[in-house]
Amino acid sequence: MSGLQFFWFLLIGVLFSGYFFFEGFDYGVGMAVQTLAHNEDEKDQIVATIGPVWDGNEVWLLTAGGAMFASFPYWYASLFSGYYLILFVVLFGLIIRGVSFEFRHKVPLKQKQRWNWTLSIGSFIVPFFLGVMFISMVKGMPIDAQGNMTATFGDYFNLFSIVGGVAVVLLTYLHGLNYIALKTEGAVRQRARNYAQFLYWVLYAGLVVFAVLLFFETDFFKLHAVATLALVVALVVLTVVAHVASFKGTELVAFLASGISLVVVVALLFQGLFPRVLISSISPKYDLLIKTASSSPYTLKVMSIVAITLVPFVLAYTAWAYYIFRKRIKQPVVVGEK
Amino acid sequence: MSIVTLARFQFAMTTIFHFFFVPFSIGTVLIVAILETCYVVTKNEQYKQLTKFWGNIMLLSFAVGVVTGIIQEFQFGMNWSDYSRFVGDIFGAPLAIEALLAFFMESTFLGLWMFTWDRVSKKLHLLFIWLVVVGSMASALWILAANSFMQHPVGYVIRHGRAEMVNFFAVITNAQFFYEYGHVITGAITMGGIIVAGLSAFQLLKKDKLEKTTVALYKKTVRLGLVISLVGSISVMGVGDLQMKALIKEQPMKFAAMEGAYKDSGDPAAWTLIGWANEAKHEEVFGIKIPYMLSILSYDKLSGSVKGMDSANKALIKKYGKRNYYPMVNMMFWSFRVMAGFGALMFLVSALGLFFTRKKKAILYEHKWMLWILGMMTFTPFIANTCGWLITELGRYPWTVYGLFTIKQSVSPNVSATSLIISNTVYFLLFTTLAATMVSLVIRELKKGPEYEEQQLQLANQASVDPFDKGAF
Repeated sequence: MSGLQFFWFLLIGVLFSGYFFFEGFDYGVGMAVQTLAHNEDEKDQIVATIGPVWDGNEVWLLTAGGAMFASFPYWYASLFSGYYLILFVVLFGLIIRGVSFEFRHKVPLKQKQRWNWTLSIGSFIVPFFLGVMFISMVKGMPIDAQGNMTATFGDYFNLFSIVGGVAVVLLTYLHGLNYIALKTEGAVRQRARNYAQFLYWVLYAGLVVFAVLLFFETDFFKLHAVATLALVVALVVLTVVAHVASFKGTELVAFLASGISLVVVVALLFQGLFPRVLISSISPKYDLLIKTASSSPYTLKVMSIVAITLVPFVLAYTAWAYYIFRKRIKQPVVVGEK
Repeated sequence: MSIVTLARFQFAMTTIFHFFFVPFSIGTVLIVAILETCYVVTKNEQYKQLTKFWGNIMLLSFAVGVVTGIIQEFQFGMNWSDYSRFVGDIFGAPLAIEALLAFFMESTFLGLWMFTWDRVSKKLHLLFIWLVVVGSMASALWILAANSFMQHPVGYVIRHGRAEMVNFFAVITNAQFFYEYGHVITGAITMGGIIVAGLSAFQLLKKDKLEKTTVALYKKTVRLGLVISLVGSISVMGVGDLQMKALIKEQPMKFAAMEGAYKDSGDPAAWTLIGWANEAKHEEVFGIKIPYMLSILSYDKLSGSVKGMDSANKALIKKYGKRNYYPMVNMMFWSFRVMAGFGALMFLVSALGLFFTRKKKAILYEHKWMLWILGMMTFTPFIANTCGWLITELGRYPWTVYGLFTIKQSVSPNVSATSLIISNTVYFLLFTTLAATMVSLVIRELKKGPEYEEQQLQLANQASVDPFDKGAF
């Protein structure tokens, strides 16, 4: 494995981390629209916290997908075709939720509730099915010598992958609640904190189940015992930090801790895969490796130059956008017939 | 049905639907940026109302365009995994760059633009929308660089059973790429102009019921839209002409199919205005011909012959081996005529429309039938764009990458027909719903009119609402 190949494996991990960190709270906020708000004004207030930034956050996913295509075409091809129906459902969720932001405040008041629902349901579907995909992926899937996956229902949906899906939903929901607490004023802010404080107790139980299943269902603890253990411990510590911060009312700390815990989950999965990118449950010799699944050295070099040049600009103006929208949101900003 | 057919159908459906909104957004965002520039320069509040009004319609198009675009990126891996394996080394690069360079830019600055009216300085706010224009035009650049490689592969070698990039510079300076980009961007600009002029014309039909100030606003955007579509349509015809001439050399089969010519033409070549082909027997059923015309179109002179599909077929068999090289001839022939016909019509309507709305004698507003024609023009760019892509993509048959890789080789071998039928059905229903919602919301925005938001603001008196209050961090 060359240095460039390793760099791109790392970069794909970073892009998915960025995706879960940023878009993660958007999903949480989306789910909160129908579960946290008590009335239409509160819904508007909740949506307004991500109104200007959600679309930019989603680009992390597109960049991760595009970068995977460019740097590891065999990984991209096997993963996306193998998880055809799962990704189809993810796309469905992304579409119904993406249009909801624009539609919900342009439709007549009577129809608004419909687009609140699509926003919340879409925001639930995406993290759940991505969780199922990534967890079943690290467990290993029936991949043949040509790299084609021919899986059955049980390969996609089993105890481990469903626990994984629920865990990702829970993590993004909590991340969203922490974000709402950070970005709002009034009743919604307090309620978001109350919800989070309760749900963290559920998450502890979930993490224990997840860690046990990780031990039995994957080879992570055998292959990279130290790193796996360290990251699992980090996940638990971050959860405790976020929980305590939520009680203490240090909302920025809670938000950062829940965001970083999503990053740690991605790191955990990627280090467990290493040096593979896909694990075959048929035979280890059919595993897709970083070494063999990547693009040519020339392409990786060109893409490295492009990425190193562009990423700082993207980070700079993203940070600027968040700085401009740094204020708390008190009341709905939507102007329209009320 | 075979998985190849189902996957092709899906690609066609998702791409056509997506491409309704891409040029719509690129074109209208440019007009919105121009309107806001007028506002910042003249400080005339009317321009601000117009910016917001057309901005709302642009945002609807953007929303649907963005979400349907995600399908595009995913479906290469989902439906065309063997294609992705073969060509990912080259094809993935522009896609990744598109996301990194263009998508981040357009979505971040669009978010800033939407939510910072009167919150940042006017010039900074104007900068935001122009950055969205740059971002949206840059995204078209990279995706078309990828498509151009499929039409005319350059800068690669075949190694390790796949196409590997050896010259990035060659990939992004592909001649085909300049034609495609020019064609798509000028087409999008034309579309923006036609849509704005057309929708304004529809509103002017009931001008007796509108306020005088509102009527004046619509008259402004009719003129602005027509100026833009005039410039756009002249450019698009120019680029299209160059592109055709290149096609004769690069993809003679595509060119011949667009002209419905099976046999080689005589010298000088006659042009078939309308006709029909029997695709099974590879022969023309009937055709109305204009002498000399094809020589003029192809070479700008009164002589010169072009190859028909039969000779192109022979040449392709000799070069690449035996298989069916004939594309869907009638579809190509008629798509070309509809596209070029509507293109010419857009030019004509723009030119005449400007003439009839001139200050001295603006008779267009007095005649309902003229307003109707201009209004109905709104729909033509959607049809013309679709036809243009049908020609480009169907004409590449049987290749996904011209001369290198076929459609049959490209499809995902492990995706079942059932999966494809499920996704096709759901996409179809979803797109129908989205399109219906989109149309009803555009009509709703139009009914509100450009002065609606201002009135609402005055009613609400805003003072009590301050969304940006205390610092969070």
